[in-house]
Amino acid sequence: MRYLVALMLVFIPLSVFAAIDTYEFKDEATRARFHTLTFELRCPKCQNQNLQDSNSPIAADLRNEVYKMVQAGNDDAEIKAFMVARYGEFVLYKPPVNETTYILWYGPFGLVVIGIIVLVAVSRKRKRHESEVDDLETHLNKDEADRLNDILGKGEHK
Amino acid sequence: MRRFILFIPLVIFIGMGAFLWKGLALDPTELPSALLDKPLPAFELPSLLDPERQVTEADLKGEVALVNVWATWCPSCKEEHAQLNRIKAEGYKVIGINYKDDREKADIWLKKYLNPYAFNIFDDKGSLGLDLGVYGAPETYVIDAEGIIRYKHVGVVDQRVWEILRTVMDQLKQSGKVSAE
Repeated sequence: MRYLVALMLVFIPLSVFAAIDTYEFKDEATRARFHTLTFELRCPKCQNQNLQDSNSPIAADLRNEVYKMVQAGNDDAEIKAFMVARYGEFVLYKPPVNETTYILWYGPFGLVVIGIIVLVAVSRKRKRHESEVDDLETHLNKDEADRLNDILGKGEHK
Repeated sequence: MRRFILFIPLVIFIGMGAFLWKGLALDPTELPSALLDKPLPAFELPSLLDPERQVTEADLKGEVALVNVWATWCPSCKEEHAQLNRIKAEGYKVIGINYKDDREKADIWLKKYLNPYAFNIFDDKGSLGLDLGVYGAPETYVIDAEGIIRYKHVGVVDQRVWEILRTVMDQLKQSGKVSAE
């Protein structure tokens, strides 16, 4: 048992975050804001990481910039505008809703609607097809019914 | 009608294929500059070789020029340095921004590999770089006579890139002359 615990301890990751800075915040709300912002802003150099995760020098600079601005009391919109003015909308992991991003935000809903339309159309068609088959069987006249029975080998053998 | 429906998956496939094929040719590390067609940000920084002299954005106006962001720690900057020397020899103005660098090392570099720059701005804290949206040296901008950024290239300036930059610069010079007359 003791060995098992020791073995498990080996697997505890010692460094969970890639980049650790020592920032002192004036209050908890500011700290939370700093974390949300650095989580939502994208590093321009290492494109698939946010500012929080990235170890690149430019990400460190930008974290520092965000830190200065949250400490100075700038609101989130001001900080984002500051970054967008320099690096473009690319830096926002959550892009704004405007003409160029409508397809990004609403495209998936459009696809779902198209999918539903196709689904309904297909199932309606199938239903109609099935009822036509029923009609054929029930609307045979006497001769036709006899002939059908003959062919299928049902009815009385003469 | 039924026949036509059978071809829908093929049409979708071709459409997606075309988009993905185009995607292969795109370079995701190349970001459009947010400062395109905007004036250079305001700054006041010392000159690299003459620490007493303060350079501001006003010093960059007056002539179509290439603004090159470089540093001695950047290997690609070494790669493009010979090309910058050739650009100077062709008679185009090149202004340097020495980005987050060491003054002594930069001085040695310019003596060793020749100095293609009309002057250099010493941006050791990277504050001008930040305002310009620099995310990796080397970066090269074309500015017009009013100090407005007209083109941005991220990465090494080689002969192929220079031909594009030269076209942009020549066009700006041409239109500048027309508006001055």
